[in-house]
Amino acid sequence: MNTTKRNPKSGFSLESLGSLILQVGVLFAVLGVAYLLFANTQKNLEIRGIESGFAFLWHEAGLPIGDSLIDYDPSRGYGYAFLVGVLNTLLVSALAIVLSTILGIVVGVSRVSNNWLLAKCATVYIETLRNLPLLLTLFFVYTVVLASLPHPREAIAIAEGYYISKRGIYLPRPLAEDGFAVFAAASIVALGLAFAFWRWAGAYKLRTGRSVHGFWGGLVILGTLCALSFLATDRPIGSEMPVYKGFNFKGGLALKPEFAALLIGLMLYTAAFIGENVRSGIQSVHAGQIEAANALGVSQGVVTRIVLLPQALRVTIPATTNDYASLVKNSSLAVAIGYPDMVSIGGTIIGQNGQAIEIIAMWMAVYLTINLVISLAMNVLNARVQIVER
Amino acid sequence: MKDTTTSFQPSPARPAPTRQVAAISWLRSNLFGSWFDTIVTLFITALLLSFVPNLIQWLFLSATYAGDDEVCRQNGGACWPFIVEKFQVLMIGVYPQDLSWRPGLAGLALLVLAGLTYTDRIRGVTLIAAWAILPIFALMMIGGAFGMQEVDQSVWGGLMLSIMLALVGVIVSIPLGILLALGRHYGSPAIKVLCVTFIELLRGVPLITILFMASVMMPLFLPPELVINNLLRIQIGMILFSSAYMAEVVRGGLQAIPKGQSEASLSLGVSSLYTVTFVIVPQALRHVLPPLIGRCIALFKDTSLVIIVGLLDFLGMIKGAALDTDWLGFQAEAYVFAAFVYWLICYSLSLYGRQLEQRGPNAHT
Repeated sequence: MNTTKRNPKSGFSLESLGSLILQVGVLFAVLGVAYLLFANTQKNLEIRGIESGFAFLWHEAGLPIGDSLIDYDPSRGYGYAFLVGVLNTLLVSALAIVLSTILGIVVGVSRVSNNWLLAKCATVYIETLRNLPLLLTLFFVYTVVLASLPHPREAIAIAEGYYISKRGIYLPRPLAEDGFAVFAAASIVALGLAFAFWRWAGAYKLRTGRSVHGFWGGLVILGTLCALSFLATDRPIGSEMPVYKGFNFKGGLALKPEFAALLIGLMLYTAAFIGENVRSGIQSVHAGQIEAANALGVSQGVVTRIVLLPQALRVTIPATTNDYASLVKNSSLAVAIGYPDMVSIGGTIIGQNGQAIEIIAMWMAVYLTINLVISLAMNVLNARVQIVER
Repeated sequence: MKDTTTSFQPSPARPAPTRQVAAISWLRSNLFGSWFDTIVTLFITALLLSFVPNLIQWLFLSATYAGDDEVCRQNGGACWPFIVEKFQVLMIGVYPQDLSWRPGLAGLALLVLAGLTYTDRIRGVTLIAAWAILPIFALMMIGGAFGMQEVDQSVWGGLMLSIMLALVGVIVSIPLGILLALGRHYGSPAIKVLCVTFIELLRGVPLITILFMASVMMPLFLPPELVINNLLRIQIGMILFSSAYMAEVVRGGLQAIPKGQSEASLSLGVSSLYTVTFVIVPQALRHVLPPLIGRCIALFKDTSLVIIVGLLDFLGMIKGAALDTDWLGFQAEAYVFAAFVYWLICYSLSLYGRQLEQRGPNAHT
C-alpha cells in the first residue's frame, strides 16, 4: 500500500519532511495566486466603479420576467428575481427528469427488443440524438417545429380544453373547489392504508409462505377510497378552460413555447443517454439467468421483476445519476432560447449592474446544491440495489 | 408448511417446429413473434409511413438544387442553393475571402491526419506528436505567421472556429487532466485536496457559467494592463472545464492498473517519476481511450455554447444564415444541414471509439 501511496512526482515518501515542505509550498503558492487575483479584482472593481457585496439583492430589479411560479412584478428586488429563476430551473429540470426517464426506459427496452423494426428505430433515435449538440436540438424544436404549428386561431384541439398552437400549449388548469381539503386528507389516508396493506402482505408472505397480491390490493384500496371521497365531497377539483379571445388563448394552464421547447429538447436529448444506460444494464445480465428462469417455467413478468430488473439496475442507476446531473446543468441552455431560468435572469442582472462575481457565486452554489441532492438521493437508491457483500 | 410435497406434473410437450421458408420464419421471429409484437410492428410501420415519404419528398424529390430563392419558393421542397450560397460563411465565417486557402489547407491537414489515424497508419509517439503539432500549424495558418498577412481573431468563425476550439481544447486538456488525475490518485493530502476541489467544482456547474466567468469575470481577475482577447479567454475556460472531465476519465484508468505493476517497477529500481510516466499512465490511457473519445465528442458538441458569449461558431453562423432577410423562411434547411455536419463528425468519432474498444485491453471482457 505504501509504495503506491508514495508521491511519484516528488520522489519522496509520504512520511518524509520533503513531502511536507512541498505540500506547504504548493499551498502557499495557491494562496499567493488567490491573493493576487483578489487584489487585482479589488482594483479592477474600483476602476470600473462596480459595487461589491450582496446588498444589490434588495435593490429594485425592474426586469420583466415572462414565466414565474410565484407572484412577481418588476418592482421586486434582484434577489427575488433570482429566486424566480431558481424555481424555473427546478421546475423544468424536475419535469424533464421524469419525462426523459420514461422515454429513456421505453427507448432502451426497445433497443434490445426481439422486434427488429422497433430495435432499429430505437437505435436510429439514440445514435441521432446523442451525436447532435443539445443547443442545435433546442433551436430546431424552438424555431422549426414549434414555429410551424398553426396560429392560435386555427389551433390543433386534441380535446375540449387541450390546444396546441405556435404560441404555446394550453391545458385546463385544475382548480381546488369547496371540500378539496377533505378530499386531500382522505387521499393521504388512503395512500397510507394502501402502503400499510402492501407492507402487511409482504410480511404475511414471509411468515406463512402464502402469496397475497399486496401491490394490486393496495392499488384497489387507494383507488376505491379516493373515488369514494371524491364523490362524497361532490367533485372538489374543477378546471379552468383556456378560451380563445383576442388573438390568443386566455386562462387555463399555458406552456409557453420557450418552456415547451426547453422541456422537449432536454427530454429528447437525455432520453437517448438514459436509453443507452438501460440497454447496457439489460445486456449486463447474463442471458443464462433469463434462460434458466424461463426453463423453470417462471412467468415472463416475474422473470423481469425478480431476475432481470434488480441486476440491470445495478448498472443503470450509477450512469443515470450522471445523466440527471447533466440534465440539470444543461437546463442552463434556456438562456439561448429566452426561457427565464436562473442563468438567463442572472445574466441580465450582470448586464445591468456588472456584479458578475456575486451572481456567478450564486449560480455555482445553487447548481452544486442541486447536484449534491441528486447524487445523495441516487446513492440511497443505489445502495438498495447493489449486492450486499458479507 | 403442509403442502410442500406436491408431485411434479410436467406440462404437455410442445409440437416440433414446422419447416418454414427462411424469409417467412425471419418475419415471424423478428416482426410478428407475438400479438404484442404484431401490434408494435404495425403501429411503427404506420408511423413511419406517415412522415418518411413526406420527408424524402421534401429533402430530395421536390427540392431545388440550383436557382435562387424565387425558384425555391415555387418548388416548395428543400432549398439547397441557400446552403451552397452560405457555404463559405458557414465554414469560415467572415474570414477574408482571398485568404480562405489558409484555413482550407489547415482543414486538409486535419482530414489527412484523421484518415491516417483512423486507418491506423501512424501510431505511438508519431501519432501524439502529429496531433500536438496540428493545432499549432492550424493556428499559424489561420492567424498568420512567418510574414503571412495577419488575420484578427475577431473575424474567425464558422465550422473552422468550432473545430479549432474543440481541437485545442482536447489537446491541451488531456495532459492537464492526466496531471489532475495523478494528483487526485497519488498526490499527497494537500495536493489531493486541491485537485479534488478543482475537479468537483468544475464538474458541478454548467459550461455556460464557466463561459460567462471566462468572458465577464476573468478580466476582473487579471491586472488591468494585461488584456486577453475574448476568444482566448473562452478557450481557456473550455480547457479548464474539459480537463476536469478528462481527469475523471483518466482516474478510472489509473484505478484499473493492478498494484503489482508499480510494485514491480519500483522494486526494479525504476524511479517513481519514470514508473508513472512509462508504466502506469500508458496502460491507464489504453484502458480509457474509448471514454476519452466520448469526452472529445462531448467537447465538440459543447463548443456550440460559445454563441451565448458572443462568438460566431458553426451554429452561430447557421443561426445568422437562418435570419438572413434575402433567404427568409429557409431556416429548416439551415438546421438540417447543421445537424448533418455535427452528426457526421460526432458519429465518425464514435465509430473510431468503437474501433479502439475492439482492439483495446478490454476487448474480450
